[in-house]
Amino acid sequence: MTTTAADTWVGQRLRRKEDARLVRGAGRFTPDVVVPGALHAAVLRSPFAHAEITSLDVAPALRVEGVVAAFTGADLAGRVGTFVEAAGKEITPQLQALVDVEVKSCPLSPIAHGRTLWVGQPVAVVVARDRYAAEDGLEAIEADYEPLEAIPDPELALRDGAPVLHEELGDNVAARLAMASGDVDAAFAHAPHVLRERFTFGRSAGNAMETRSVQASWDEGRDELTVWITSPRPHLIRTNLSEMLGLPLERIRVIAPDIGGSFGTGLFGEDALIPYLAMTLRHPVRWTEDRQEALLGTRHCRDQVHDLELAYDDDGRILALRDSFLVDAGAYNLYAVTVSYNTAAHLRGQYAIDTFSIEGRNVVTTKAPVAPVRGAGRPEGVFALDRALDLIAAECGLDPADVRRRNLIPAEEMPRPMGMPYRDGAEMVYDSGDYPAQLEQALEAFGYDELRARQAEWRAAGRYVGVGISSYVEGSGFGPYDGAIVRLDQRGNLHVVTGAKPHGQGLETTLAQVCADEFGLPPERITVTSGDTSLLQFGVGTFASRSAVTAGSAVGIASQRLRDKVLAVAGELLEASPADLVIGDEGVASRDVADHSVTFAEIHSAAAPGPKSRLPAGLEPGLAVEYYFVPPTVTFASGTHVASVEVDPETGFVRVLRYLTVDDCGRMLNPTIVEGQIQGGVAHGIGTALFEGVLYDEDCQLLTGSYMDYLLPTSAEVPPIEVGHQEYLSDLNPFGIKGCGEGGAVSPPAAIANAVVDALRPLRINVNRVPLGPETLLDLIAQARALEGGERREEVAS
Amino acid sequence: MIATAPREVVLRVNGVEHRGFAEPRVTLVDFLRDELGLTGTHVGCEHGVCGACTILLDGRTVRSCLMLAVQAEGHELRTVEGLAPADEPLHPIQEAFSEKHGLQCGFCTPGFLMSVEELLRDDPDPSEETIRSRLSGNICRCTGYQNIVEAVRYAAELTREAAA
Repeated sequence: MTTTAADTWVGQRLRRKEDARLVRGAGRFTPDVVVPGALHAAVLRSPFAHAEITSLDVAPALRVEGVVAAFTGADLAGRVGTFVEAAGKEITPQLQALVDVEVKSCPLSPIAHGRTLWVGQPVAVVVARDRYAAEDGLEAIEADYEPLEAIPDPELALRDGAPVLHEELGDNVAARLAMASGDVDAAFAHAPHVLRERFTFGRSAGNAMETRSVQASWDEGRDELTVWITSPRPHLIRTNLSEMLGLPLERIRVIAPDIGGSFGTGLFGEDALIPYLAMTLRHPVRWTEDRQEALLGTRHCRDQVHDLELAYDDDGRILALRDSFLVDAGAYNLYAVTVSYNTAAHLRGQYAIDTFSIEGRNVVTTKAPVAPVRGAGRPEGVFALDRALDLIAAECGLDPADVRRRNLIPAEEMPRPMGMPYRDGAEMVYDSGDYPAQLEQALEAFGYDELRARQAEWRAAGRYVGVGISSYVEGSGFGPYDGAIVRLDQRGNLHVVTGAKPHGQGLETTLAQVCADEFGLPPERITVTSGDTSLLQFGVGTFASRSAVTAGSAVGIASQRLRDKVLAVAGELLEASPADLVIGDEGVASRDVADHSVTFAEIHSAAAPGPKSRLPAGLEPGLAVEYYFVPPTVTFASGTHVASVEVDPETGFVRVLRYLTVDDCGRMLNPTIVEGQIQGGVAHGIGTALFEGVLYDEDCQLLTGSYMDYLLPTSAEVPPIEVGHQEYLSDLNPFGIKGCGEGGAVSPPAAIANAVVDALRPLRINVNRVPLGPETLLDLIAQARALEGGERREEVAS
Repeated sequence: MIATAPREVVLRVNGVEHRGFAEPRVTLVDFLRDELGLTGTHVGCEHGVCGACTILLDGRTVRSCLMLAVQAEGHELRTVEGLAPADEPLHPIQEAFSEKHGLQCGFCTPGFLMSVEELLRDDPDPSEETIRSRLSGNICRCTGYQNIVEAVRYAAELTREAAA
C-alpha cells in the first residue's frame, strides 16, 4: 500500500484494499459460502414465449434419485407474493403533479402459473441433494404447453387486435410519460429545416461475469431467515422478501458477499423463491444460475426505438426537439419509468435545447423483462441525438465538431435549469461543468484536426478511417440516501459499515480514503464492510452511479462526528480543549504540551458505559457514529468521447483504432479507480456498439443463448482507452463528488456509429441502429453502392 | 438419468495430493470447488468461452468447466490458490494485477492469473499484441482490459527482475 505523506488521502492513487483477497482467490462470492447440508435447486424454464401451460406434473421428478421436492406456480400461489417492484412506488406525488406520467402495475410471480410470457420464465423448481440430481429431476417433469401468439416487437404489441398480454393493463402499454417545454409546434412550423429520423437501439444484456446466486437458511427456533445473494442492494432485497414472504424486516438478514460485477440492478424470481424453499423445506437451499439461464433473461437491457425530429437553422443550431420513443419492456415492466425517464431526462445531453416535447411508452412484449443496466436509458437517447447532430452537420456542410460547438450549453449559463423535473421530483439543473471546454480538451488531446487532415490521404490510399464524437451528461448520486456507521476500536482502528454494496467499484478503498481524511488516521487502519443488513438499519445500494456521492458523503460526515467525539472524550481526560488536541498513531495528544496524551484504549474505556465512564456531560457512551446522507437531488457528471475507427468495406468489420474520453466526475476520490470505471464502461459501450445483441426470432425464441452467439468484447477488440479529466466540484454534497460508474458506457455507441459513418463518407451511408455488426454494415455498404451505381446509370441515361 | 456411482479421484493440486469422490459426470471445476473446497476457481459460463475457470493441468491451461473430474485422475493441477501460499507475499502476477489495478470485481481474475502464468513462461517479455491475443480467451467485463495488459507487462518485468 502506498503510504506517502499527503495533504489528503482523497485524490491519491491508492492501491485497492480489496485486491489482497481477490488476487489470492480468497474472495468469498455467494456460491463460495458453505451452508452445511444445503440442498440444491434447479429451475425448469418455459421453452415457449407465450404459452398456456396445459399440464404440468412434477411427480415423476420426485421419483428421481436424490430429488427431495418439486414445486410449481400453483404450489406457490397464495404463499409467495409478487414482484411489483418500483411500479407505482417510485412516482412521488410531486413528480406526478409536474409531469404527465402513468405507471400501471403488472405483478410478477416467482414461478409462472397457468401461462408463460417469455422463453426462460420459471415454470417449476426441483430441490435435490446436488445440482446434478436437481437437473435430472427437471428432465423428468412432464409439461405440456399450448403456444399462443408471440409478440416480438413493441410496434406489433400496439397494433389493433394484438393480444393483450396482461388483462389488468387494458392494453400493452405498461407505462408512459410525456414532458414538454416551449412552443414546440410553432418552432417546427417556422424552422428553416427539420430532420426526421428513426433510431433503433437493440437489446443487449449486462453480462456480469458472475451469474446470479441465492442461498437461504431458515432458523426455525428463532424464526429467522438468512439469505446470501449476489445483489448490490441487500436492504432493498430484504424489503422485498419481507413483503413477498410475509416476514417482518427484523426477522430477515440479507448478506451480499463479494459480487462478480453487476452492471445493472434487478429483482428476480429466484430471490424470493429460494428463501421460500428454505422456509418450507426447513432446510438450507442454494441455487446458482448457469450461463444459459443468465442469457435467457438476466438483465436484458436497452431495446428502444426513437422517432426523433429536430428543427434547426441554416447554421446547424437546434431550435426544437420532438421525440417519441418506445421501450420494449419485455413481458413485465418491473422498473416503472426508471429507464424511460432517464432516457427523456438525458436525451438533450450537453446541448442547449429549451423547446422540446418528449414522450415515451414502455410496451410489453413476449421477451424477457428488461432491467436498468449501466447507463440505464442514457445510451439510447445519446445515440439518437448525437447521430442526428452528425446528420445535421452533413446537411449544413459543417464539421461534426462545429455543429457541437454551436449547440453546447455555454459555461457561463451554469448552473442551468433544464425545464423539467428530474425523476426524484426536484427541478432538473445541470449543477456545474464546462462542456465547450470539455469538447476542446478532448479534440485537442485526440489530435482531431490532424486526423481530419490525414483522412483525405488515407481515403486516397483506399483506407476507410473515420472519427466520431459523442457527449453525455449523467444525473448521478441518486437518492434517497445511503448511510454509514464509523466505529473506533481500542487499538485505534476504524471500522466503517455502509449500506452501499460494491461489486467492483473499490469502495473498500475509496471510502477508507474519505474516512482517513475526515478522521485523521491512515487508510490502512480503516476497514470498510458492507452488504449485511444486520450491520446497518437502513441502506439503499450500489447502482445509478450513486455510492461515492451518497455513501462517500455519509462516511465523511460520520467520520467527522466521530473525530469530534473522540477529541471531546480525550479533552475530558487531558483537561484540554478539543481544539488543542490532535489525533496521532497511538491516541490523542496535545498540540502544545509535550508528552500530554491519551491512548486509544484509554479513550475507548472512558467512552464505555459504566462506573469507569468519563464522558463529557451530554455525550452518550460509545465510539460509533451512524449517519445517513440525503442528497437534495442528483449532481450532473458529464463526458465527451472521441473515437476513430477503420472499416473494412469488404468484411464489414470495424476496428476501433483509438478511443479517448474527457470526463467530469467532480472530486475524484481515487483517480486510478475512476479511470478503471471509465475504461470498463467504454469497453462495455464498444460491445454495445459493435458486438452485443440479444436476438429473438419471430416466435420470440432466443437466438443468442451462448457466448458463441452473444459476443462480448475481449482484449483483442478493445483498444487502449485514453482518459482525461475535468474536475468541477459538485456543491450538492460536502465533498464535491459526482458519480462515474456509468458514463463510460453511455457514449460509445454514438461515437463509434458517427466514426463509422465518417469513415464511409464517400459511400454516404447512414447508421441509425446498433449493434452495428458486420452483416448490418455490409448491407448498408451494398445499398450505398447500389444507389451510387443507380445514380451513375441515371446520369448516363440522361 | 446418467448418474452412476461416485468414483474416487486422486490428483495433485498445488503440490499436494488430494482424494475425493465424484460421479463420472461431475466437471473438474465442480470437483475442485465442492469436493476439495478450492473456491478460488470460478464458474463463469460452463461452455468454455469466458475463461473464469482456467487452471493449469500439467503446466498447460485448461478450462476446468470443460473437463470431467475423472479425466484429471493422476494429473498435476495448479489453481490460483497455488500461486502464493496464504502467509507468503503475493506472486509477481498477483502483485502486478493489484499494483496496476488490473481487477475490479475480481471474479474473472483467477482465470486471468493462470493464463498469464502460462503466457509468461512461454514468453517472458510479451508484446502488447501478444498479450492481447493470448488473453482473448478470458473475458473481463469490468476493466476494459487496458490495466490487465499493463499488469501483464509489469508482471513480466517483476519476473525478469526476480530471475536476474
